[in-house]
Amino acid sequence: MSIAPDLPWHRLHPLSPVIQLGRSAAALIFVLAVPYISSSGHPKSGDYFDLGIVVLAALGGLISWLVTRWRIESGALLVETGLIRRRHTHLPLSRIQSVDVVRPALARLFGLAEVRVRTGVARDGDARLAYIAEEQAETIRANLLAWSHGTAPQEVVYQESVLAAVSARRVIAAVWLQGAAPLLLALALAFAVVGILAPTREAHASLTGTGLVWLLLSLVAVLKNLNSQLSYEVAQAPDGLRVRGGLIGTVVETIPQRRIQAVRLLEPLLWRPMGWVRLDVDVAGGQHRKGEDRAAAGQLRMLLPVATMEEAHALLLLIAPDSRVDRASPPTRVRLKAPLSFHFLEAGHSKTWAVAVTGRIQRTTTLVSLAKVQSVRWSAGPLQHRMGLANVHLDVAGHRVGVSLKDRDAHEARELVETLPELCALARRPGGVVVPNLADQGPEPSLRWSPAPRASGLE
Amino acid sequence: MFTIRRDGAGAPRPSPWRGCEAPFADLPGWLGVSPKLGSIRQIEVAILATVVLLAGVAIAVATGSAVVVLPTLLLAALGEALGSLYMRRRMGSWGYLEREQDLLVRRGLLFRRLSVVPYGRMQTVDVTAGPLERAFGLASLRLHTASAGSDCRIPGLPSEVAAGLRDRLARLGEANAEGL
Repeated sequence: MSIAPDLPWHRLHPLSPVIQLGRSAAALIFVLAVPYISSSGHPKSGDYFDLGIVVLAALGGLISWLVTRWRIESGALLVETGLIRRRHTHLPLSRIQSVDVVRPALARLFGLAEVRVRTGVARDGDARLAYIAEEQAETIRANLLAWSHGTAPQEVVYQESVLAAVSARRVIAAVWLQGAAPLLLALALAFAVVGILAPTREAHASLTGTGLVWLLLSLVAVLKNLNSQLSYEVAQAPDGLRVRGGLIGTVVETIPQRRIQAVRLLEPLLWRPMGWVRLDVDVAGGQHRKGEDRAAAGQLRMLLPVATMEEAHALLLLIAPDSRVDRASPPTRVRLKAPLSFHFLEAGHSKTWAVAVTGRIQRTTTLVSLAKVQSVRWSAGPLQHRMGLANVHLDVAGHRVGVSLKDRDAHEARELVETLPELCALARRPGGVVVPNLADQGPEPSLRWSPAPRASGLE
Repeated sequence: MFTIRRDGAGAPRPSPWRGCEAPFADLPGWLGVSPKLGSIRQIEVAILATVVLLAGVAIAVATGSAVVVLPTLLLAALGEALGSLYMRRRMGSWGYLEREQDLLVRRGLLFRRLSVVPYGRMQTVDVTAGPLERAFGLASLRLHTASAGSDCRIPGLPSEVAAGLRDRLARLGEANAEGL
């Protein structure tokens, strides 16, 4: 018996095909430009062919819009799409893990937004409603979430408390010192300097030109990061952490706390003088979602693009209260085996969490909750067992992160791999891990949220 | 539950890792894989050596000079000798142990690895057999968890041992499944 009322069939917003066409414009321009460049601009009979492609793309969008509809019927969201290969998505509301509202730049221009419904585990279990008027999208989001919890929408009060907001000035400074940007900038500068000093005019022009290309590349990298990281904010909502961010295309994501598999703190080389750090979380399920580019799917979800160590630890303690773990360095003889990475190498575990620090250029601190551990592995290479060392790995769901307790003393490693499976089993038991419910700290008890227990093997 | 077969599969195995703090080495009940796996690996090494040799001959025929034949012959012979020796020794390192809550799998001599997979975390258990394995009546068992990192497989099990282990693991996995 579901609380959700049946809704009749709805169409997406009539402007959806326009936005779809606009989003594929880049690819279209590329396809159309290549023959032009190769035939050095001579108009040919192929022009009709090009026009045909544009018309076809537009028509495709229009047909896709015409054949797509959604409704809510007996406690499930139904989405129908596709003309030739008709696809019916039947999504029971109780299975919904999260609902995100995404606003790409072009959709934002028209006041539209995309609603993404995620069920988490199943690969094809996600539904997209692209695009819907913004206000309507927010209502749909709130309604779907409420129904998925078995409550009526009006009972849900979206009281969010902001846990952390990232200062724009720091983001603007940090993007220049992040990833490939500083390297590209240095290259650009080097070419410019050599170009200015060049003896001949031709060399001068070509060298500064190359420098300009590198400068442009670095600017692209910087702007891309700036676009995704500006006005970043993490808030506590009843259904998880609400992450907002983005300058032109904004994303609102909800990360249910129970689904956080691992937490990662990154400190790039050039951020270290300032003591800045980036905080990521790894969330199970929905590894690669349709309509998302691979790069975005491969990344962990960013919680704080750039923060001070204190801010990051404060947020970490809010989302994982028992994650304070004592760390210890490996024995000093590891310096011979790993002279570079030894510097930061540390690892440790408590009864509920394990932590490892690795990396030399980019110091990486990874934390996993023992309750989320899928398997424990021990390994020792030829050099390691001659030196009396061994590694212990803890795997969590997905293929992105895990904790590697590297180069521990063989005796310690043995004890770790013999005790950790039991600690993990204990942590998996109900009540083994503290799951914070910050929503409980709201001013009025009547606004309390009690999420219905949901089945998922990843929790 | 297990009958010790004449070919040695399913026979108790002591830890192959000497001179190192091998985890769980004291536990009784470690089982090994079939020695026939050694033969399979040796055949694979021989095939590889033959391919190298044939490539050398092909190059010699194409270029019309016999200079490359001798080095490839040496390379193939050396590879075959060392490879088959190493493979034969390495087979003894495979071992698995069914505990109450989890399965332990160990392997490797040079690079030693040991995986601990709780039954409750197992998602699927596959049994596969390639053409060579089938010819020897063997099969490989592979465990999958939600993590791509937990690399857990046992090759060279006699087919009926593999099938029995798979059924037992699947039952244990279902009984211990964590909230799935």
